[in-house]
Amino acid sequence: MTEHASRWLAPDERAEVALVLNGENAVLEAEPRRTLADAVRATGLTGTHLGCEHGVCGACTVLLDDEPVRSCLVLAVQAAGRRVDTVERLAAGGTLHPVQEAFLRHRALQCGFCTPGFVVLAEWLARREPDASEERVGEVVSSSLCRCTGYAPILAAVRDALGRR
Amino acid sequence: MKPPPFAYARARSVDEALDLLAEAGDDAKPLAGGQSLMPLLAYRLLRPTHLVDLGGIAGLDAVERRAGEVELGALVRHVELERAGLGLLSEAAGLIGHLPIRMRGTLGGSLAHADPSAELPVAALASGAQVVLRSRRGDRLVGADAFFVGPFTTAIEPDELLVAVRVPAAPPEARTAFEELAIRTGDFALASVAVAVGEAHVRIVLGGVAPAPVRAGAAEAVVKDGGLEDDAIAAAAAAAARECDPPDDPLVGRAYRRELAAVLVARALRRCRGSEAE
Repeated sequence: MTEHASRWLAPDERAEVALVLNGENAVLEAEPRRTLADAVRATGLTGTHLGCEHGVCGACTVLLDDEPVRSCLVLAVQAAGRRVDTVERLAAGGTLHPVQEAFLRHRALQCGFCTPGFVVLAEWLARREPDASEERVGEVVSSSLCRCTGYAPILAAVRDALGRR
Repeated sequence: MKPPPFAYARARSVDEALDLLAEAGDDAKPLAGGQSLMPLLAYRLLRPTHLVDLGGIAGLDAVERRAGEVELGALVRHVELERAGLGLLSEAAGLIGHLPIRMRGTLGGSLAHADPSAELPVAALASGAQVVLRSRRGDRLVGADAFFVGPFTTAIEPDELLVAVRVPAAPPEARTAFEELAIRTGDFALASVAVAVGEAHVRIVLGGVAPAPVRAGAAEAVVKDGGLEDDAIAAAAAAAARECDPPDDPLVGRAYRRELAAVLVARALRRCRGSEAE
C-alpha cells in the first residue's frame, strides 16, 4: 500500500516545477490544484490574463511546447519539464513583435483584456501555418473571445500578420 | 473558479496508474488532457480527493495500424486524430471545441467522460469501435454500443482504466459523413449525426438527442432496403427523428432537436451518396 506513497503530492504540498519559461530555466512553486496560468502570473508575468477560468475565453492562451493551450485548463504540475511561452516573450527586449504591431495598426484591441491570448494565438498561426486558408484563420481566431472589437479588426490584424491585406 | 484541493501523482505506466487509483480509493480520478475535467473542477462540480496524471505514460498516445483495425492509445489527442485519416473519428475530432482545446483533449478522455453532446462517442459508435478497459484482472473489450450507458456514465468499472480504442478498418467502398449543428463554432453540438454506409453495413448514429449516442435502427433499415435514393433518404431521416429522445431545455426545444436530427441525417446520407459537396 505504501509502495507509492511517496509518489503523492499532498493537496497543500508545493511541488517545485522545473520548466523552460520564455526561453529561461525556471522553477514554479505550485500545489497540485494550482493552474499553469496562476503559477505563471505568480512569477510576475501578468500578461497572461484570466477571464473565465474554465476554458472558454482564451485570454490565458500560452504556448506549451510550442502549441497554443488554455493555461487555465493545465495544472502547473503538468508543465514540468516542458517549454512554456507567454505573451511577454513576444516583446522581449522592449520591441513589439510584428504581430503586436499589426494589432496596433488595425486597432484590434480596445480594453485589451483578451489581447494577450489573441496575440499568442496569432503569432503561432503566422509562424506555423503562414498559408492558412481564410476559413482556417477564422476558425483559429474563433478560439478566443473579445467583447469590444466585434472581431473584424482582429481578423484584419491576423491577416496582416500572415502577410495579407 | 479555482479547482478544489486534491492530492496528485504522475503515473509512469498503466500498471502504476492502476495501483495509484486503487490506493487512492473511490474519489480518485484519472487525468488525461484535462479539457473536460478542469472546467468541472473549476465549477466544483467534481471534488476528487486524488488525481492520477496519465500524461507521463510512454506509449499511451500510440497509433498502431494492424491488419483489419487501428488501435489508438487513450492519450491520442484530438489534433492527432484529425490528421490520422480515420474517417468519422478524424472528421468528428476536427469539430471539437477550439484549436487550443484540441491540442490537449484526448480520445480516451472524451469517451470516458461520455458527454451526451460530445462528438467522439457518436463517431466511435458509428465506426464500430471497441474500447480496451484494463484492470489488475486483465483487459476487457467493450463495444461502443455497450460502453455508453447514459449521460456521463459508461461501462468502466471502478478498478478499470480506458487504455485504448480499437477501430475496425472500413471496407474500401464504405462512405462516411459526420454532420452537426452548434450555435457558434466550437460550441457543443445541439445535435450530431455520424453515418457509415458500406455494401454490408449501414450505421446511423445520433448524438445530443438522447442520454447517450444512439443507433437509429429503423433509419438504418430504410437505407439497407432502399439505398440512397431521395425517397429513401427522406424516409430514413423521418425514421431517425422518431427514434430519438431529445432533451428539452429552455434554449432548444425537444421538437427542434428532433427536426434537427432528421435534417442532419439527410445531409449526411446525401454526402455518402456523393451528391452533396461538404
